[in-house]
Amino acid sequence: MIEVHDLTKRYGDQTAVDGLTFTVKPGIVTGFLGPNGAGKSTTMRMILGLDRPTAGTATVNGRPYEDHPDPLHQAGALLDAKAVHTGRSAYQHLHALAATTGIPKSRVDEVIDVVGLHQVARKRVGGFSLGMGQRLGIASALLGDPDVVILDEPTNGLDPEGVLWIRNLMRDLASQGRTVFVSSHLMSEMALTAEHLIVIGKGRMIADTSVSGFIETAANESVRVRSPHANALHDLITGPGTTVLSVDRGLFEVTGMTAEDIGDRAAAAGIPIHELTVVRPSLEEAFMELTKDAVEYQSTLIGEAR
Amino acid sequence: MTTATVAAAPRTIRPRKRVNQARVIKSEWIKFWSLRSTVITMLVAVLLLVGFGLLASSMFGDGSDPGGPPGSEPTDVVGASLTGTNFAMLAFGTLGVLLMAGEYSTGMIRSSVAAVPKRLPVLWAKIAVFTAVVFTVALAGAAIVFTAGQAMIGDGGASWSDPGVARAVIGTAVVLTGSGLLGIGLGALMRSTPGAITTLFGVMFLLSGIAALLIPDSWSDVVQYLPSNAAGAFTAVAQGDNDLAPWAGLSVFLGYVVALIGAAAWQLKRSDV
Repeated sequence: MIEVHDLTKRYGDQTAVDGLTFTVKPGIVTGFLGPNGAGKSTTMRMILGLDRPTAGTATVNGRPYEDHPDPLHQAGALLDAKAVHTGRSAYQHLHALAATTGIPKSRVDEVIDVVGLHQVARKRVGGFSLGMGQRLGIASALLGDPDVVILDEPTNGLDPEGVLWIRNLMRDLASQGRTVFVSSHLMSEMALTAEHLIVIGKGRMIADTSVSGFIETAANESVRVRSPHANALHDLITGPGTTVLSVDRGLFEVTGMTAEDIGDRAAAAGIPIHELTVVRPSLEEAFMELTKDAVEYQSTLIGEAR
Repeated sequence: MTTATVAAAPRTIRPRKRVNQARVIKSEWIKFWSLRSTVITMLVAVLLLVGFGLLASSMFGDGSDPGGPPGSEPTDVVGASLTGTNFAMLAFGTLGVLLMAGEYSTGMIRSSVAAVPKRLPVLWAKIAVFTAVVFTVALAGAAIVFTAGQAMIGDGGASWSDPGVARAVIGTAVVLTGSGLLGIGLGALMRSTPGAITTLFGVMFLLSGIAALLIPDSWSDVVQYLPSNAAGAFTAVAQGDNDLAPWAGLSVFLGYVVALIGAAAWQLKRSDV
């Protein structure tokens, strides 16, 4: 379990992380979302004691990470694929890390096999592709068989097979009762693996919610109705609490009324319905809706930027 | 969400062992020997120490310039065989810088600190491994080049039992190890390989000459306290008029090493990696 309380990091007058408080529970995958520059990596580094917080606390399994006598067994992390000396082989890198806490060489071989690097394990890391570096980072995260796994953008640079492998790995780790905390700036990726979401923007908390809860709060569900008797239908469904938006001739988008309700009313009034579709916003849309005010580097269309 | 749930995680590694200084030293030992650049730099250092020593010894007394940096022309037989010390100092200093600054430039420091979040054991272990390896290698190199050098000089060559000789040879290994430790300290403070190497070279080689030029005569006592001069006082068989006494020289030199390592430790403990 990870507990973060009022965590703040300032660099000069820039506030990278601004009073974050949240808990990451064991047994599920928790997604950590936010646009680029939102403070995700900084938060993760503070949890692991790599960056010193300006204020606030972060604990792993009940105490600050650095107070654990067996840190690699408490939490394993993929922070960025570059946290490796490029002149060393993957095997020696893992062997050196393992030695700090008496992890046997057999475990080093085991994690190399798990991430599929056995063919290149004796080669210098400098020649690794982004994806291979990422796999090495995951191997070092798993080295101590930790209760908490922290992964910063694990799918970066991986091919589709690798992305699928990471997804399954994260679910397996969570189903074994571990705490899995994974950052991403892609909502769609999180939708496939995470059960719980922590969304931040500009260092501040935006949402701490389940995935389904997130979609509900982010954007309302709407119903698309098509009918040849548009006017009659319009009168039928207009009322307090409902918004009817005319999209096209004979086509409305209705919010505030269920599809069942609309269908029943139309049937009762004898109005034919050609289409009745529940429109759920995609996760990506929901995410963008929520974080639109917190995007650090906003892009604009040419011509719109005047 | 209770601790019982956390404990339910399968643990294939049993028992879970703690991090201690001995294990971190083992880790640093693996790191030291698994980098090609480390091993090559060390070999170069030994070659410089032995090579220049033999060259100077072979030319000793025939009036030719052995090619050392200005001011280092040997005036005694022991000094001749240890001419390479200055060059080896650069190489061992570079080795120290590479060992520490390399962690920062490659990002390895984040893996190292995640494994040992108390941080300081990593620095102590690096120093322990470096001191053990470099002192052994440097002492062997100094002993070999002294023995071979004196044999080449033949008549008039010094022997181990002559006064000050053992101190000069062992002192050479001490000073070479010390320069490497200065490199480790600078590497940790500056976090940049080129920056730390440049600083180390400047302090060990240029500072003494510049100080001699710029400092007024009444202040000239200051020069003997510079790291390179203090180190030289310890490794010379006979000290010049402006040198510290040998053991005072050693104390001053080690004082610089301790101060720099102390600053490095303080910086490592408090800053972000």
